[in-house]
Amino acid sequence: MTKIGLEIHCQLTNLESKLFCSCKANYRQFDINENICPVCMGLPGSLPRLNQDAVKKATMIAMALNCSTPEKIAFFRKNYFYPDLPKNFQITQLNIYGDTSVGGSGSIMVGDKKIRITRIQLEEDPGRLIYEGNSSKNQITLVDYNRAGTPLVEIVTEPDFENPKQVREFLNILSDLLENLGVSDPSLEGAMRADANVSIEGGKKVEIKNIGSFHDLEKAVHFEITRQESLHSREIEISQETRHWDDKRKITISSRSKEEALDYRYFLEGDIPWVTINPEILQKLKLEMPESISSKKERYVSKYKIPNQVADVLSSDKFYSDLFEDSHTEANAKEIANIITTDLMGLVDTREKREASKITPKHLGDLADAIQNGKISRNSAKNALHEIVKTGKELSQIITDLDLGNVSDESELLVIIKDVISEEPQAVEQAKSNPQTINYLVGKVMQKTKGKADPKLTLDVLKKQIEQ
Amino acid sequence: MNLKISALDYVQEVQNGNISAEDFIASTLERIRSVDEKLHAFLNVNEDALNQAREIDKKIKSGQKVGACFGMPISIKDNMCIKNSKTTCASKMLENFVAPYDATVISKLKAKDAIFIGKVNMDEFAMGLTTEFSAYGPSKNPWNLDYTPGGSSGGSAVSVSAFECVASLGSDTGGSVRNPASFCSVVGLKPTYGLISRFGLISYANSIEQIGPVTRTVKDNAFLLNMIAGLDSNDNTTVDNKNEDYLSGIDSGIEGKKIGIIKEMIADGTDPAVLSATKEAISKLENLGATCEEVSLDMVKYSVAAYYTITATEAGSNLARYDNLRYGYDFSLEGYEFNSYIQKARKNFGPEVTRRMIIGGFVPSAGHAGKYFLKALKVKNKLTKEINEAFKKYDLLLSPTVPVLPFKLGEKIDDPVALFLVDINTVTANLTGKPAISVPFAISNGLPIGIQFLADSMNENMLLQAAYALEKTVKLPEVPI
Ligand SMILES: [Zn+2]
Repeated sequence: MTKIGLEIHCQLTNLESKLFCSCKANYRQFDINENICPVCMGLPGSLPRLNQDAVKKATMIAMALNCSTPEKIAFFRKNYFYPDLPKNFQITQLNIYGDTSVGGSGSIMVGDKKIRITRIQLEEDPGRLIYEGNSSKNQITLVDYNRAGTPLVEIVTEPDFENPKQVREFLNILSDLLENLGVSDPSLEGAMRADANVSIEGGKKVEIKNIGSFHDLEKAVHFEITRQESLHSREIEISQETRHWDDKRKITISSRSKEEALDYRYFLEGDIPWVTINPEILQKLKLEMPESISSKKERYVSKYKIPNQVADVLSSDKFYSDLFEDSHTEANAKEIANIITTDLMGLVDTREKREASKITPKHLGDLADAIQNGKISRNSAKNALHEIVKTGKELSQIITDLDLGNVSDESELLVIIKDVISEEPQAVEQAKSNPQTINYLVGKVMQKTKGKADPKLTLDVLKKQIEQ
Repeated sequence: MNLKISALDYVQEVQNGNISAEDFIASTLERIRSVDEKLHAFLNVNEDALNQAREIDKKIKSGQKVGACFGMPISIKDNMCIKNSKTTCASKMLENFVAPYDATVISKLKAKDAIFIGKVNMDEFAMGLTTEFSAYGPSKNPWNLDYTPGGSSGGSAVSVSAFECVASLGSDTGGSVRNPASFCSVVGLKPTYGLISRFGLISYANSIEQIGPVTRTVKDNAFLLNMIAGLDSNDNTTVDNKNEDYLSGIDSGIEGKKIGIIKEMIADGTDPAVLSATKEAISKLENLGATCEEVSLDMVKYSVAAYYTITATEAGSNLARYDNLRYGYDFSLEGYEFNSYIQKARKNFGPEVTRRMIIGGFVPSAGHAGKYFLKALKVKNKLTKEINEAFKKYDLLLSPTVPVLPFKLGEKIDDPVALFLVDINTVTANLTGKPAISVPFAISNGLPIGIQFLADSMNENMLLQAAYALEKTVKLPEVPI
C-alpha cells in the first residue's frame, strides 16, 4: 500500500508582525533587507519578544484540526549553520521532552478518510537566499532577511494518505480552513511550502523536500509514486533517501551528497518563558474563533434551505461566505446564495479579479431583493452584476443606465402580448387545451422585451387574453 | 576634587552646588589618564564625556529637571550595547561592532543623566574569572598590580575600586560581578534572574546571567538598582518588581534574622584567611542580633560541573551568530564556500571561548546529552529545590564570595580546572536564579576578602539590608593606588 505523509509549513501571513519583533509579517511589500531590525537580524544583545497573537492563531489552527493543546508551551533552539539563519539557530518547538508545542495529536476527515495530525508547531521562517551568476565559478549567494522571523506554523501528518487525490483534497480543505480562520492567505507566493514522504508497498521511505506550493506538492507526490512504481516493476530497489523537488522541471531529484546527519543540539530557549494556555484561555479563543466551515454549511442548509452542494461551495470559500454573511436576510438568503454560486464566482475567479472587484454586500442584497420583487429578471440581474463588479455603482443607477428594469406596466405589456397572440394563432389554440404551451408564448413575450417582461405578470395577462 | 566620594555623596554635592559635573568628569578623565595605563580597566573612554557634563551643568543652572545621576561617571562592561559606540565583548570577533541601539539599562541610566565614562575590560564574551582572556590584555588588581582583579567583570571592579568612576555595571553569569568585587574590595550584586532587563547585554549563558551594579558602598548599589530594575517589554524574562525602593529601608538591620552558613562553601580547600574572615563576619552578624547556623546544600558539590555544562551549551548556541556575515571584523568572504568560510571566520575567537564552544558542541549533542547536558539540568533543578527548602528555614544564606584569596596574574590561567573551582561559591546563585551580593569585609596581607549573602528570589531588599549591616561593622583601608 502506498503511504504518504506531509509536513506543511504555513506562514501566518495575516499577522501584523513577525514572531519575535515588530517588523512586518507581510514582508512582500518591502525592498530587499528593508524589513529588518536588531532582533530579527540576531544582532549581539538582541532578545526575542514573543508575538502573543501568533501563539493565539497557531493554537486556533491546532483546535481547528482537533489537536490536543498542552497547558504550557515552550520554545526550543534548533542549532545549525546556514546563511539564511541570522542567529545560526532557529527558534522552534519540540515534543521530545513532553508535549510542549502548540498542538499535539489530532485528526481531520478528508471525505471518508481520517487523516491523523502528528503535531503542530510554531517557529520562525529563515531569510531567503538569492543566487546570482551563471557559472559555478562566479556564482554568489545573496541573502534577503526580510522574511527572517516570519511566523510559521508547521503541520505534520501521519503517513495516512494513499494517493495524490487524497493529498489534494486535504490541501484544499486545509487551505480553506486556514483562510476561514483568517490566519493566512494561502494564495500568496511562498506562504505554503511542504515536505512529503512517500513509500510504496515493499519500498523504503523517500523524503521530498523543498516543495514551494500546494499545487506542486500534489504533482511531486504523483511524480514520486510513478517513479517508485517504475523502479519496482523493473525490480530495482527503492532506497531510503532525500530528494528535492525541482519546480522548473517538475521532477524529484536525489540530493547529491547524502544528507549529513545533522545534530541540532535542541535545548530550551531560555529567552522565552513558558506560555500558559489554560482551559480559560482556550475557552476564550474558542469564542474568538470564526465559525468553522462545516458548521457554516450546516447552518446554510438547515436555516435557509440552501441546497447541499451550493452550501458546500459557499461555506468553504471565505471571500464568498463573508459576502453572504454580510448581505443576506432571512428572506433573500437563498437568492443571494444562488447569485454568488451561479454568477459571481464566474466573474471573480482569480485573486486579481477579486481584489479589483467593486462589489459590496449591499449590492448583493439589493440585487436579490430586486429579483424577488420582480423589478429585474434573472437574466438582467446577471448583466447588472457584471456592471456592479466592474464599476461599483448603485443597482438602481445601473438599472436606469442600462435600461434593465422589468416591463411591469400592464398596459405596456398588453400591447406586446396582443402582438404575440395575433402572430401565433396556432399556439394560442393549443394553449387553450394544453396549458404547457402557454410557456412557449411567455417565451415569445420575453423575446420581444429582451427578457425584461415581469414573468409573473406576463403569465397572468396572457392567460386572461387567451381565455377571452 | 575628591573622586573618592560615594555615588550618593556625589549627587548631594552636585545638587548643593559644591561641585560641578564638568569638574568631576574632568578630574575623573584625568584620573583615568594617570592610572589606567597600569590598571587597564578601560577598553575605550568616552571622548564626549566633558561635553555631556557641561550640558548637565547647564540644565542644573537653568533650573531644568535633571535626572537622579546628575552626570555621575559610570563605567560599563563592554558586553552592553551603547548606541553608536563600539561593543567588543573584549573579543577580536566584535572588534568593529558598533551597536545600533542602547541596552535597556543604558537607556534607563541615560534618562537619569548618567555619563558613561567608558567601556571596561572583561574576559572575552565574559568567559573567565581573571580578565586574562580579554583579547586586549588583562586588567590589574589595584590592591596589588601583580594580581588578577578577578572576572569576568574585572574592568568594572577595577574602575570602581581605583576611583576611575563612581559606579559600574557588570554582568554575572557564574560570579562575574561578585568575584571581581570580592577581589577588588567593592560591592557587587547579582540580582534575581529577571529583575534587570538583559536587552542589549550580549548573551553568554542567557538562562542564568544578569546585569549587576558594582559600587563602593552598599547604599550606592541599592541606588543604582532602583534605576535599572524592573519589567521590560524588550526582555520577556523580566519580572515586575512593582517599582520597589531598595534604598529607603536599607538601614533596617538584621536583628532576629536567621542566617544559614553554607557548609559546602567553607569546605576543605578554603583559604585559612578566608575562613577566619568568614567566622569573624558570622560573629559580627550575631552581635547584631542575627542567628547563624550551618546548613548543607548537597548539590553544591556538583554545581560547578553543572554550571560549565549548561553555560557551554548555551554559549555554543549564543555565539553561533558570530559568522562575520552581517557585522564583525574586516574579512572578505568572497571566494569561499560556506562551510570553509564559517571555519575561517570563526578563527577570531580566543582560546577560552573556543574551548567552551567545543565543549558546548559536545555536551548537548545526540548520544551525549543524557550523560552531560540533561544531567546538568537535573543538578540545577535539585539544587534549586534544596535552596528553596533552605529559604523556608533561613532568611539569608552566607558564604565567603570566593574560597581563595586573589591570585597572581598567570598563576592559574593554564589550569582551567583550578580556575573553575574558584567559582564554587558563586555559581549557585546563578543556577537557582537567587539574588546574591558580595560585600568587602577584610584585607589579608594586602589582598581583599569579600563575604557573600544570598536571599530568596525578589528579596533584594533584605539582601541589601544585611549587606549594609555588615558593611557598617568594618573599616577597611583605602586602595593603595
Ligand atoms: Zn525585526
